[in-house]
Amino acid sequence: MSVGLEAAATTTPARGYFKNPWRKPRVLQGVTIGYLLWSLLPVVIAVIFSFNNGRSRIVWQGFSLRWWTADPFDSILHDPIMQAAIVQTYKLAILVVLITVPIGTLFAIAVDRWHGRPARGANFVMLLSFVVPEIILGTSLFILFTTLLTVVNLGTPAQTLGLAVFQVSYPAVIVRARLLTIGPEYEEAAMDLGATPNQSIRRILLPLISPAILASVALVFADVVDNFVTVNALSGPASSETIAQKIYSASRASPTPEINAAATVMLITTLTIVGVGLLLYRRLNRGQRSSGASDLMQL
Amino acid sequence: MARTSDATRPDTESEPEPPRRRARRGERQAAAETGVWYPRWYWPSFSLPGVVVLAFLFVLPAYVVISVAFGTTDFERFGRAVPYYAPWWWSFDTFNQTLSQFWGPDAIYQDALIRTFAFVFSASAICLVLGYSVAYFTARKTTKYKGLVLILLISPLWISYLMRIYAWQGLLDTGGPINVLLGPFGFRETDLLSGLPVTVILGLVYGYIPFMILPIYASLDRIQENLLEAGRDLGASGRQTFWRVTLPMSRPAILTGLVIVTLPMFGDYYTNDLLGSTRTQMFGNLIAVQNELSGGKTRTASLVIILSVIVLVPMLYYLRETRRASERA
Repeated sequence: MSVGLEAAATTTPARGYFKNPWRKPRVLQGVTIGYLLWSLLPVVIAVIFSFNNGRSRIVWQGFSLRWWTADPFDSILHDPIMQAAIVQTYKLAILVVLITVPIGTLFAIAVDRWHGRPARGANFVMLLSFVVPEIILGTSLFILFTTLLTVVNLGTPAQTLGLAVFQVSYPAVIVRARLLTIGPEYEEAAMDLGATPNQSIRRILLPLISPAILASVALVFADVVDNFVTVNALSGPASSETIAQKIYSASRASPTPEINAAATVMLITTLTIVGVGLLLYRRLNRGQRSSGASDLMQL
Repeated sequence: MARTSDATRPDTESEPEPPRRRARRGERQAAAETGVWYPRWYWPSFSLPGVVVLAFLFVLPAYVVISVAFGTTDFERFGRAVPYYAPWWWSFDTFNQTLSQFWGPDAIYQDALIRTFAFVFSASAICLVLGYSVAYFTARKTTKYKGLVLILLISPLWISYLMRIYAWQGLLDTGGPINVLLGPFGFRETDLLSGLPVTVILGLVYGYIPFMILPIYASLDRIQENLLEAGRDLGASGRQTFWRVTLPMSRPAILTGLVIVTLPMFGDYYTNDLLGSTRTQMFGNLIAVQNELSGGKTRTASLVIILSVIVLVPMLYYLRETRRASERA
């Protein structure tokens, strides 16, 4: 008996740790912390190097705003090429949001309420456009716009339409998920009280699905800003190139910290959009119990 | 006559009888009682803009790609592609030629094909093991910092893929931080961006792993604690509970995660363009390179069709799963 106790006491700390069923999950904790550092540190470093005083993006040569504002030619404040890219990025994002969110929302309502084979077929095609690898869709659209539909010029028109078909599934899927949780009862109640179908949609359904619409706006906007494949496949003249394309082409040549600064602009844009979207979403959803993290998952 | 034209209308429900006119009167009657009556075209009309977009920009391009791939190339006029839109004119010369280059004596694409499968397989395996560990820890073991950890896990989704890979390109550059870190192990001078498979695979893992973690986290988070306690009460060890309760319950999420990460990996070309070289070309690079050649459109279209066939099975699996999930909800 005493021998057993002694043996237990003299086992190495490591073995004791693995025998203890209530041990703290140190290994998993280490993996998770390591993963988080691995996934975010490179981006943080890239942002920091946008303030580098030298031309290098790996050797620190002191802090400066050279690539942001100071340099009269190569800073993103003064470089006309980079400014055109930023403008083009936002232009596409706004256009695509304006096109896809109404279309996708209407589509979601239709598919939710209109049962039958054609509805299921349309929904299947919509979901297919959601999962198809972007290079397949982008290249197909490029071939379409250069052979059959040559009225659509490469550049902004083609990019907008291409992104629209790629992004329209987001509002369709998000709004549909929201509709599934709502059910038709509220509208029926409104119509029992004398509302017409159109009134009940405008005054009952739209407010109920507004959080999902808002989430779609944030998601589509952020996704278009980050998009590369579709935008690149359908870009025309150099003036239609976006920030993502500038990063791509510069990274294959000799990038300066100006590219880091442009990427940071892109990063701040998407994080701001998503942050504002999240705040508004929680506001619209107030009264419903949920945590911030689960809202973020919703987005 | 009215009935036959009605039957061909897309919104006709699958109830053939009773006759049309009486049904409509019945509907009107019901409407008079409850106040709810929608014209038949009401809901379908909502989907019209979406259907138009999908028809012209999703279904039509697919058909045009097929017509171009099964058409010919007019080499006398700058190699312009000549699509054949009518199926009875289709010629399979270019397509067969492209196909023969994946396997056989003059298989110039064979390496890229094998590499694509090898890279996608290894990268998604690493995504699964690492992603599952992280998701498991976050779902089951964190209490105080769960919200923060979740935000950090989700945030890569809001950072441009290209920027994240660009960030790595800087770190991996010759003489960069990674060279310095790996210096003691003999990698002081190694050019990590010269087309090393391991660099590209880790780049793919880095790019797509958030898509793996989130569905697994969501499913692990839904497993109720008392199921695991029941397992323990019935005499299973912690490890057994994991293998026989937790893991089977998260299996659908694992499969979903695998599909979500492999689909874009199959079409990826920018990761290799930034972190690899021609020695690590993947299928996506074949399409991207071919697309830049003038007069290569017939062949590009053929490659697009072949890639679509490769990803068809995971795509359909994913669609079936999402339908099931929405039926359960």
